[in-house]
Amino acid sequence: MLLIHCPYCGPRDESEFSCGGEADIARPLEPETLSDAEWADYVFMRTNTKGRFKEQWLHAHGCGRWFTLVRHTVSHEHGETGVFGGVAPEAGG
Amino acid sequence: MQRYSIFSLARNALTGHRNWPQAWRSPAPKPEYDVVIVGGGGHGLATAYYLAAEHGITDVAVLEKGWLGGGNTGRNTTIIRSNYLWDESAAIYEKALQLYEGLSRELNFNIMLSQRGVLNLAHNEHDLKEMSRRVRAIRGNGIDSEILTPAEIKKLVPAINISKDVRYPILGASLQRRGGIARHDAVAWGFARGADDRGVDIVQNCEVTGIDREGGRVTGVQTTLGPVKAGKVGVVVAGHASVLADMAGFRLPIDSHPLQAMVSEPIKPVLDCVVMSNAVHVYVSQSDKGELVIGAGIDSFNSYAQRGSWQIIEGQMGALVELFPVFSRLRLMRSWGGIVDTCPDASPILSKTPVEGLYFNCGWGTGGFKATPGSGWAFAHTIARDEPHPINAPFSLERFTTGALIDEHGAAAVAH
Repeated sequence: MLLIHCPYCGPRDESEFSCGGEADIARPLEPETLSDAEWADYVFMRTNTKGRFKEQWLHAHGCGRWFTLVRHTVSHEHGETGVFGGVAPEAGG
Repeated sequence: MQRYSIFSLARNALTGHRNWPQAWRSPAPKPEYDVVIVGGGGHGLATAYYLAAEHGITDVAVLEKGWLGGGNTGRNTTIIRSNYLWDESAAIYEKALQLYEGLSRELNFNIMLSQRGVLNLAHNEHDLKEMSRRVRAIRGNGIDSEILTPAEIKKLVPAINISKDVRYPILGASLQRRGGIARHDAVAWGFARGADDRGVDIVQNCEVTGIDREGGRVTGVQTTLGPVKAGKVGVVVAGHASVLADMAGFRLPIDSHPLQAMVSEPIKPVLDCVVMSNAVHVYVSQSDKGELVIGAGIDSFNSYAQRGSWQIIEGQMGALVELFPVFSRLRLMRSWGGIVDTCPDASPILSKTPVEGLYFNCGWGTGGFKATPGSGWAFAHTIARDEPHPINAPFSLERFTTGALIDEHGAAAVAH
């Protein structure tokens, strides 16, 4: 069981959260101009990093808010968290 | 290669079994090969075997970073079946099952295939309707599948609880009688021995650290034992496909997750078929040693750590005890995790890549073991001819651009 630090609620058990996968996958601003390959890259392709990996989590059974978390995908070491539309620098995008 | 037989067994018994030859050599890698296979699990070894046996390509090396079959090949729950919904999946999984049926004889190695039947339970009206559709589709593809009533299930599996007075009552099941289990290590070892006998070099403790390219074409690999040149490179690294793709400069539609499995203490025979339930989320069979072999779903987060979270184990134990109250007093002996590469459509990728001469076989998700021989057979064809076999053509990387996905989320024994 991971111990996840929700930036709003503090450390909680992983079972309170839903994992939203890789972070920073931005929806293209002009989708009608994209080629099929560019669409495929946006919709399906993933970086799936071995190492420090930025992902998004939902505190589903807590505050109900999304946030980002940098976590190491081998050690599971918990890194910095960020909030969407908030003050944390990594949440800016 | 010394053939295994009752006579060789008797002969070696006379010398106390001290003179059995090694099943395969352990050569140092040569500076150059026609084909390098990255990954010495079942799929990689099967690919090397069929390259040699079916296509006459024997200047082949299999490079394995650890030991043979030490990854997902040795970590899965050994279930074999071909009861998939879509024609594309039916073709490749049924090809694999047919190869499995002749594999012990072909390899002269007992893979202990036991076609004890695979039972997929239905727990509600929707499950029943979905199962009915699925069974018709499967039979339409010429694959055996039938529907059982709760009474027939109880006859087949006396230990199961078919009471209506439970949260998820058993309302029916589909049964593939040709499905079953096999010895996972033996599949890897058998293919390794067969490939080695045909001249393939199997190199263990040799990790690939880079993929060399020149003008859009692969030229070889960098390894912890030095560079190895290759005309073609086939990558078959369950759990690390994205890492290898990154070395070659492209991305894959894959997320890597832990998948856990576990065994109970050994008990006398109590369960002689495989029981799977999508709705309550567990699958179980009993090994020849008497242990219950139990598995379920992936951990939701990305990981390369070969370990998962405790609540996943708790969840599937709850499901198991609901299906089989008699198992409630058993103790678990071991649990372990593997890393599974999951695709968005829960179907694998056996494909050419943007790099000429570089081929990927990956994305088998939670169900690769059952496909091992079919996967190797089709991938060997893809490498040898530089074009996919009709069986694996639908499983190309291009399907994520064209949109021709093969959605098999429902075919997994458990939800992804």
